[in-house]
Amino acid sequence: MADPEKSSKKPTVLFLNKESEPLFSKKNRALLSDPMDDNNPITVQVLGICSALAITVQLKPALVMSLSVVAVMGASNVIISLLRNLIPNRIRIIVQLVVVASMVILVDQILRAYAYDVSKQLSIFIGLIITNCIVMGRLEAFALGNGVWKSFLDGIGNAAGYGFILIVVAFFRELFGSGKLFGYQVIPDVLYEMGYENNGLMLLSPMALITVGIFIWIQRARNRKLIEKN
Amino acid sequence: MEGYINLFVKSIFIENMIFAYFLGMCSYLAVSKTVKTAVGLGLAVIFVLAITVPINFLLDTYLLRPGALAWLDPSYAEIDLSFLSFIMFIAVIASMVQLVEMIVEKFAPALYGALGIFLPLIAVNCAILGGSLFMQQKDFSGVSESAIYGLGSGVGWLLAILAIAAIREKIIYSNVPAPLRGLGITFIITGLMALGFMSFMGIKL
Repeated sequence: MADPEKSSKKPTVLFLNKESEPLFSKKNRALLSDPMDDNNPITVQVLGICSALAITVQLKPALVMSLSVVAVMGASNVIISLLRNLIPNRIRIIVQLVVVASMVILVDQILRAYAYDVSKQLSIFIGLIITNCIVMGRLEAFALGNGVWKSFLDGIGNAAGYGFILIVVAFFRELFGSGKLFGYQVIPDVLYEMGYENNGLMLLSPMALITVGIFIWIQRARNRKLIEKN
Repeated sequence: MEGYINLFVKSIFIENMIFAYFLGMCSYLAVSKTVKTAVGLGLAVIFVLAITVPINFLLDTYLLRPGALAWLDPSYAEIDLSFLSFIMFIAVIASMVQLVEMIVEKFAPALYGALGIFLPLIAVNCAILGGSLFMQQKDFSGVSESAIYGLGSGVGWLLAILAIAAIREKIIYSNVPAPLRGLGITFIITGLMALGFMSFMGIKL
């Protein structure tokens, strides 16, 4: 159990780093940009795959999902970073889960109020942000040991890296699977008259895995230092 | 009885957690390097799913869904607590995982060492929470049905991770293009396996 008397004696929350670092110093910018490529949560850290695959049939739900993850990760990283000196080590996972779950409930209720059809489409996957390994992984690896502003940047950066993959995969699946983007037809009728067919296979779940696999292949061919031993 | 068997088979093959819904992919990819650890994690997942889904079913029926509180007093019939379900489910799951962790640590220290960080991470395995959330959508008629569903989903998950672990043990000997090694080829193999599992979709049970 937490002992409030004891833990409050420790140096508690600091809003900004004492050693006045500029808000967007080089290190802080790296926190934002690293997850886009070198340290991408999906293709390099292998976190948060589940939702990345299941909701990428169309661009719109993928975009909404990315924005929700950005919101949840930014907020929960800040909260855990604020509380980091108060959380007893043994129960930290439960504390993290409760914080993340409350953020996700907020997002879920907002989506239901303002974007009901998208929230129906995402079905259980909004709830599954709670167990999205990216959120927990970054809380464990970063927010528990770093200041508020850095944790916020790390959360936003990683969520953006995640959203980037989501949107790329959804783009290709919707384009080739149904010839549309955001629900609007982009492949001209002329092509269909010439005998072009939508590739229905792209809409099925296995192709999401294969698309991500190919994406990883391209990324690692460009960025050789990411190649694994075997 | 027949209904239970149907539900069991359906949750293993047709609605396989990994190949149909991609739930629990993180630990599926990370722990599938050797068959031994894969089996250990798979058994832990079966155990946790088979316990948490029926518990969450009871919570949902008697506490959370609209009108669920009517058994307390008829005047509570209009209360809808379903917005609390995420947090309730995850609390049940986290405490169950803590329990499993303690049991494994006591009785199988070798397995505990091998599973390492992934045991506490079962709490954040999407397959577990996903099982409970699907259960909520499916409107099961009783506890036993939800228990069978949890068990079947767990068995399906074990099956999937066992298959990929066996393939990955062998694939070391093949000549995979360098950038595709490790993660990339695992994704593509999983995709092909999922295509295979799609052949179960036509089966009506």
